[in-house]
Amino acid sequence: MFSLQGITNGIEKWLHNNMSANMALLVECAIVIFLAISLFAILGLILVLMERKVAAHMQIRLGPNRVGPFGMLQTTADTLKLLLKEGLTPDGADKFLFNLAPFVIMIVAMLILAPIAFATGFQIWDLNIGVLYVTAISSISVIAILMAGWASNNKYSMLGAMRSGAQIVSYELSAGLSIISIVVLTGSLQISEIIESQRNGWWLFKGHIPAVIAFVIFIIAVTAETNRAPFDLAEAESELTAGFHTEYSGMRFALFFLAEYINIFIVCAIGATLFLGGWMPLHIGSWQGFNHIMDFIPSSVWFFGKTFLLIFLIMWFRWTFPRLRVDQLLSLEWKYLLPISMFNLLLMTVVAIMGWHF
Amino acid sequence: MSITVVLFWFLTALALLSAIMVLLSKNPVHSVLWLIVVFFAISGHYILLNAQFLAIVNLIVYAGAIMVLFLFVIMLMNLNAETEPQKNTWLKLAGAISGGSLLLILVSVIRSATDMTGRTAQVGEGNIGLISNLGKALFSEYVVPFEISSVLFLSAMVGAVVIGKKD
Repeated sequence: MFSLQGITNGIEKWLHNNMSANMALLVECAIVIFLAISLFAILGLILVLMERKVAAHMQIRLGPNRVGPFGMLQTTADTLKLLLKEGLTPDGADKFLFNLAPFVIMIVAMLILAPIAFATGFQIWDLNIGVLYVTAISSISVIAILMAGWASNNKYSMLGAMRSGAQIVSYELSAGLSIISIVVLTGSLQISEIIESQRNGWWLFKGHIPAVIAFVIFIIAVTAETNRAPFDLAEAESELTAGFHTEYSGMRFALFFLAEYINIFIVCAIGATLFLGGWMPLHIGSWQGFNHIMDFIPSSVWFFGKTFLLIFLIMWFRWTFPRLRVDQLLSLEWKYLLPISMFNLLLMTVVAIMGWHF
Repeated sequence: MSITVVLFWFLTALALLSAIMVLLSKNPVHSVLWLIVVFFAISGHYILLNAQFLAIVNLIVYAGAIMVLFLFVIMLMNLNAETEPQKNTWLKLAGAISGGSLLLILVSVIRSATDMTGRTAQVGEGNIGLISNLGKALFSEYVVPFEISSVLFLSAMVGAVVIGKKD
């Protein structure tokens, strides 16, 4: 039957039959790089369009509707425009770091892609600490933002970068704790095992109330970590012009923009993997017939469906809540979310030890 | 030459080069960024040794947390080349001599360590650095030092809160 796993296995077998082991590895690397870059390009186009359409829908207007059918080619036209624009470097800027920062933020976004399982057996690197890897690498993106803000030699950029740093460093904690509370249930950090443990139901439903609390905290924390409204203090337009990327123009600005959307995709993919079973179809306990019907829907459709549902949720937030002040932002994390998620972790441990989960 | 060997030499060269650049950079922000590159190269070495957990913890703790704090502080201090105090020549000479002596001692100790001679690293195999083994060792053999160090961290955090509090 046609499946992504079958295709990858076929390609690997063919490469190993026709080449030496080293050459086959290099060719596989090249294929993975090509696929990752094309995924990024396509996701950028789709997510920007989706954001504009969702925003338009929330505000009862039409959104982009001139270029292509239903305005679907609008983002392609925008990308073309950005490619042709001049990339300016300010005079007082640290030239090297200023030009390096957008690439660092893209590289970090690409690195997080490694352990994500897109479909059954379709994963770049199934390392045994997959979830921890994602938290570790996503904390590196602060460095790129600080680099961009500092190298721009602009007060607004610097303020935006500092805010972003404080925000990401603090919200990482509760995101990590809510991830750990699912790891307590599965007993493994490996993505494939976490997905496999949800064969008889998703953790959001199996883990009772602690899992629901963890899910809500995770969504809030990742919205803050990706610098999205209502937590978009790093680029608050009304106070900081555009925050850490004020001085960027042309394609380098586009890379920051793209990285933001890629990060949203990645955190939503992680959320879908941990709480909604990743590529695992909706299974309910021992309802054999129901589970069998659900298995007919391909696993990649399940994965992208869940991920885009979460992305829609995060876009919905943006047009629902007003922006927080910086002191409200930090007190929300340190005085509310962190104690709640610590207590929730204890509760989850009790649930796991007593075997109360399904 | 296998890919592992190529990667090993690449990461080693990267680590040494960026460690030298940490010292040679005039700008403290550049120094910190080079230090982050060093940590990445060392994490790469851990991954070659199949110690994935150590590699990731190295990134979280050093590159992700401590270096971000360094960057924060240095970026806020507004250090320029003009305001930086110039150390006198005798101080530099004394530093070079004491550093050199330390290097000499370290090299001689490593060369004379008999139980390390003739051993080779396990590349891509061995499971001592994996999370389950490390966790078992920490919570069985080394449980008392582990708990004591956590009390130390707690007291450090309380101290930071007390200092940060507006009387």
